[in-house]
Amino acid sequence: MSASTDSAIVKLENVHLSFGQTQVLKGIDLTINKGDAVSIIGPSGSGKSTILRCINALVTPQSGKITVAGTRVDQLTKESERIQLRKRVGIVFQQYNLFPHLTVLDNIVLAPTRILGADKTATVKLARELLEKVRLSEKADAYPGQLSGGQQQRVAIARALAMKPELVLFDEVTSALDPETVGEVLWVIRDLIRDGMTSILVTHEMRFAEEISDTVVFTENGKIVDYGPPQQIFHSTDNPRIRQFVGGLSGGGRGAVRDGEGI
Amino acid sequence: MSMTATQAPKTTAKSSRVLRSIGFVAMPLLVVIWSLVDLTLGKELVEWIPYLASGFSMNILITICAVTLGTTAGVLLGLMQLAPYWFVRLPAQIYVQIFRNAPALVLIFATTYIFPFEIVVAGNYLPFPDWVKAVIGLAILSSAYIAEITRGAVLSIPTTQWEATKGLGFSRLQALRYVILPQCVRRSLPPWMNVASSMAMGTSLASLVGVHELMHAATDASTAVRRLDFTIIAYVVVMAAFFTLCYPIARLTRRLEQRFNAG
Ligand SMILES: Nc1ncnc2c1ncn2[C@@H]1O[C@H](COP(=O)(O)OP(=O)(O)O)[C@@H](O)[C@H]1O
Ligand SMILES: [Mg+2]
Repeated sequence: MSASTDSAIVKLENVHLSFGQTQVLKGIDLTINKGDAVSIIGPSGSGKSTILRCINALVTPQSGKITVAGTRVDQLTKESERIQLRKRVGIVFQQYNLFPHLTVLDNIVLAPTRILGADKTATVKLARELLEKVRLSEKADAYPGQLSGGQQQRVAIARALAMKPELVLFDEVTSALDPETVGEVLWVIRDLIRDGMTSILVTHEMRFAEEISDTVVFTENGKIVDYGPPQQIFHSTDNPRIRQFVGGLSGGGRGAVRDGEGI
Repeated sequence: MSMTATQAPKTTAKSSRVLRSIGFVAMPLLVVIWSLVDLTLGKELVEWIPYLASGFSMNILITICAVTLGTTAGVLLGLMQLAPYWFVRLPAQIYVQIFRNAPALVLIFATTYIFPFEIVVAGNYLPFPDWVKAVIGLAILSSAYIAEITRGAVLSIPTTQWEATKGLGFSRLQALRYVILPQCVRRSLPPWMNVASSMAMGTSLASLVGVHELMHAATDASTAVRRLDFTIIAYVVVMAAFFTLCYPIARLTRRLEQRFNAG
């Protein structure tokens, strides 16, 4: 979270958002630099998913400035302009949401070829490379229903990467998984971050967040309570709410990552 | 005649075997044996078979045209009912509500007597035959049913599928075309088959407005021959013929379902 705006790929300034009468975001300021990995942690309902949805224009805030990869997202008025932005920002959801009628390979190839108009042969090649990267080469012709949750989530990550996004948003991508498959998904994300992909993760995996993040952001009740390097948020914060939250969750998170490290 | 299109047929393998043996074995056997026992009856039947067959070809023609037209219009109307604009949605909703509950016979009478017997196109008088009017009547009915089937199928796809497409930069129409509708096809096949079979049965109603179809032909034949046993056997032939018209529809649907399920 440097002050320099040149290297900032995402910048939120005083973002306010309500759904009807409910105020969900109450003045969010956040700057993320190219190549950074940022984890957003905080209690359920604090607005973490909504922050991600603002970034790729799935929701539009009532006020505030949002700049993503040079685009003023808050000023986009047409759906077609928002679609252009979403092609450049990948998002992976908790419920993977693969297309059940398509094979793993076709799930990955569909959007680049149909939406970006990419060459079919080149995209298939790219898809196979991505499958190798997420360690699922042998599942190219399987259907999503034949895969475990962890495998489906890795396909969903490959599907997002096939669009060659400038940054990727991960919204609690391990929360719906069996504990034994959490590790294989975190492993893939860790690799991605090491390759320099700008990543914003909403996560409950505290150990993982501590390990891979450049910055950790703690949200509560629609506000950013504190942010900083993992060391600071997890070990030297004075804020009693953060201490309580981190202390309450770290047990589960630690166990899950240890399983993953065995892979 | 029942025209229910709402329930999927739950024919078990056993009951379908019973049906098949009645339709393809018992009824033809009855006709053949009776004709051989009483050769005068057999002779009458052989004489009238070409006439009955010409009538039956009309049932096939009306069925194919009505189902093709009704399916095309129905899918469009079903999607219109889900459109985000009221001026697209409302006309479709009104159309479907009116015609979904109209009896087939009423629609066939209406189209027969509302449309002229010839139409003027660029100064030329073109005949507007009654069978085409019957096609339109049945197509209107089936389009209303199929609109409801389509609407229901689209709504049954989880919203997370839409969310996934949105995150990948699909427009609404692209999402429908590549992700939502392909998943709807499989879900809609059983109710679609019900509609198609109902339409095949419904073609017999066209005899009441003077279309020379199988029912009409059988009535002609029995009036001309004036023998009770011939009348009975002629209508057994009619039943067997309608069975052979509906049976391939059921087979085709089951074949398609299996192909989708394998996928
Ligand atoms: N589409 C929506 N309509 C109404 N309320 C919503 C909607 N999406 C989220 N909310 C509300 O906004 C608040 C924050 O939601 P969310 O950003 O999903 O929180 P988190 O991801 O931190 O759990 C919650 O109280 C939730 O009920
Ligand atoms: Mg959330």
